[in-house]
Amino acid sequence: MTPAIEVRQATREHRVGQTAVVALRGVSLTLHRGEHVAVVGPSGSGKSTLLQLLGGLDRPTAGSVLIDGQDTAELPQAELARIRNRVVGFVFQGFHLQPRASALDNVALPLVYQGVRRAERRRRAADLLDRVGLADRARHLPGQLSGGEQQRVAVARALVTGPTVLLADEPTGNLDSVTGERLLDLLAGLNAEHRVALAIVTHDHEVAARARRQIVMRDGRIVSDSHIVSDSRIAGDGRIAGDTARRTGRA
Amino acid sequence: MRIGEAVRVAVGALVAARLRTALTVLGVTVGVSSVMVLIAIGDGTRREVAGRVDELGSNLLLVVPGKMEIGMPTVSRMQLSDVAAVGRVVGDPDRVAATVASGEMVQAGTAKTFTTVAGVLENNRTVLVRQLARGAYLSRADVDSARRVAVLGATVARVLYGDTDPVGRQVTVAGVRFRVAGVFAPLGQSLGVDRDDEVHIPLTTAQRLFATTRVDGLAVRAADPAGMAALGDRIVAELAERHPDSAFSVVTQDQILSVLGDILDVLTGVLGATAGISLLVSGVGVANIMLVSVRERTREIGLRKAVGARPADIGAQFLAEAVLLTSVGGVLGIALGAGTTLAVERLTPLPTLLTAWSVALSFGVAATVGLLFGTLPALRAARLDPVHALRTE
Ligand SMILES: Nc1ncnc2c1ncn2[C@@H]1O[C@H](COP(=O)(O)OP(=O)(O)O)[C@@H](O)[C@H]1O
Ligand SMILES: [Mg+2]
Repeated sequence: MTPAIEVRQATREHRVGQTAVVALRGVSLTLHRGEHVAVVGPSGSGKSTLLQLLGGLDRPTAGSVLIDGQDTAELPQAELARIRNRVVGFVFQGFHLQPRASALDNVALPLVYQGVRRAERRRRAADLLDRVGLADRARHLPGQLSGGEQQRVAVARALVTGPTVLLADEPTGNLDSVTGERLLDLLAGLNAEHRVALAIVTHDHEVAARARRQIVMRDGRIVSDSHIVSDSRIAGDGRIAGDTARRTGRA
Repeated sequence: MRIGEAVRVAVGALVAARLRTALTVLGVTVGVSSVMVLIAIGDGTRREVAGRVDELGSNLLLVVPGKMEIGMPTVSRMQLSDVAAVGRVVGDPDRVAATVASGEMVQAGTAKTFTTVAGVLENNRTVLVRQLARGAYLSRADVDSARRVAVLGATVARVLYGDTDPVGRQVTVAGVRFRVAGVFAPLGQSLGVDRDDEVHIPLTTAQRLFATTRVDGLAVRAADPAGMAALGDRIVAELAERHPDSAFSVVTQDQILSVLGDILDVLTGVLGATAGISLLVSGVGVANIMLVSVRERTREIGLRKAVGARPADIGAQFLAEAVLLTSVGGVLGIALGAGTTLAVERLTPLPTLLTAWSVALSFGVAATVGLLFGTLPALRAARLDPVHALRTE
């Protein structure tokens, strides 16, 4: 089966005036459906850049990224947009909700670009809001919602098109631990039930510990990519403490 | 993305920036309405000229002294004997009308007015197709005996006599007493000139009154419109033979129409260009405001692209916004233009004509301005890199 996403020797350089800033240096990884990956590493190590390549939001300057078997470098912008719309769900660092649109319309936005009619869009967005427990906040503007509620709206928006890959950039960053926990439960549930591939950038050890695979980055490189031998099923509650997990490292 | 969706988003954006929208719309409104008013005046004038020509008929030849050059008045050397000679060329003296005209004071009791007094032959009425409201026109006997009888234009009759019937009453023309024989049916205004402000008297009487033997011009009603050019040539040849040191010209109504048409085209061009500049300025305003809008909404654009908007979707959205902006300006401009046109019709002597065509054109021009000046901002928005756009503050 084709992996959900395959990254081969991807490098991403930014030109800033005369100098080149290298955000990623020859990174390779494969993400399968149903996988749950945490990406950790110090600030500036290239985590967000990697996530943007995974989601087809950006393209490598060297190497290649294949989403659903398609090389993003060879796709026209319109086709890449279609992938972002249908295959990938993105939860951005800092939400990126539209301040003047209601929670419902924010969630429905990706459906606009599938040509779904307004009534149907709202119906499906309302379903998603219900699933993240915000059914009674549908008409609220983002500014009238708490940080945790805004984040759940952002998650609902990422899920509304039924993506096969969910990418989240520090989703619990500005949340208190209980709220963050609930959000992670939601994501983990999707991951388990619908075999959605889940990649979460985080610097929160507890968040990272819930993933069955951890990628550690430093200076634009992957310095460790390890699978946790899962005894979560034994634990039963879907949670394992970081220090009790045994790791099978490749790094 | 559907068109309806693009329009919905555009409406939202325009409403959110109300004041800015209103000011930009105002610019377009003024541009569009000025285009409309100028077209209405142009069309109105054209219609009036065409109507006047129709009224006179296409088989009318005007014979004037001098070469047909604008701004070169020539004193006529033509005499009554020349009128008879032209009558022989035409083959029917009743088809040749002659005029000598002068501006004179006319008076009845205490009422007086300055008007154009035209000395004419009795055939003037048939050659130039004039209708009478009261009384009778000048007769051949009036001309032959140089009688002091006058036919008044409707304006002169009203100014001098008010509501009373002037027929049979006395009128003083240039200090000489005349009897009013008849009153013309009103013709109304034409190109800002009151066509009822005139008095006709017999040509012979006029020559005595003005102490001259000249005839200013002839009007010939040709029997056959097909042979007009040849007839004109023969008339000019005859007159040239009789007055070797003078030039004469023949003008047909078609020529007058075409000369006036040329003048109108130039005028319309100049005025149109002025209105066009105001539209251009408003277009630049639209482009400017759209660029500001794109910059302000960079993050929104980044987000839309991140969740699946194609470059074409974003481009369409901003183009819809620009076209909507100018279309609203177009509709308001049409309303303002129609109002202004009405005011021009009522308050100025300029003729106007509002046509469905000019309304459609004004709207079309407005929408086109939006399309044209919205393209650059829309392209800029469409090409934004989503990652970069999401990072901007
Ligand atoms: N558009 C850009 N222009 C220049 N440098 C950039 C750009 N985007 C990212 N970088 C640089 O690339 C490196 C990796 O950035 P990022 O992927 O955001 O790191 P992280 O998410 O791990 O904090 C950083 O040094 C950052 O400054
Ligand atoms: Mg980051």
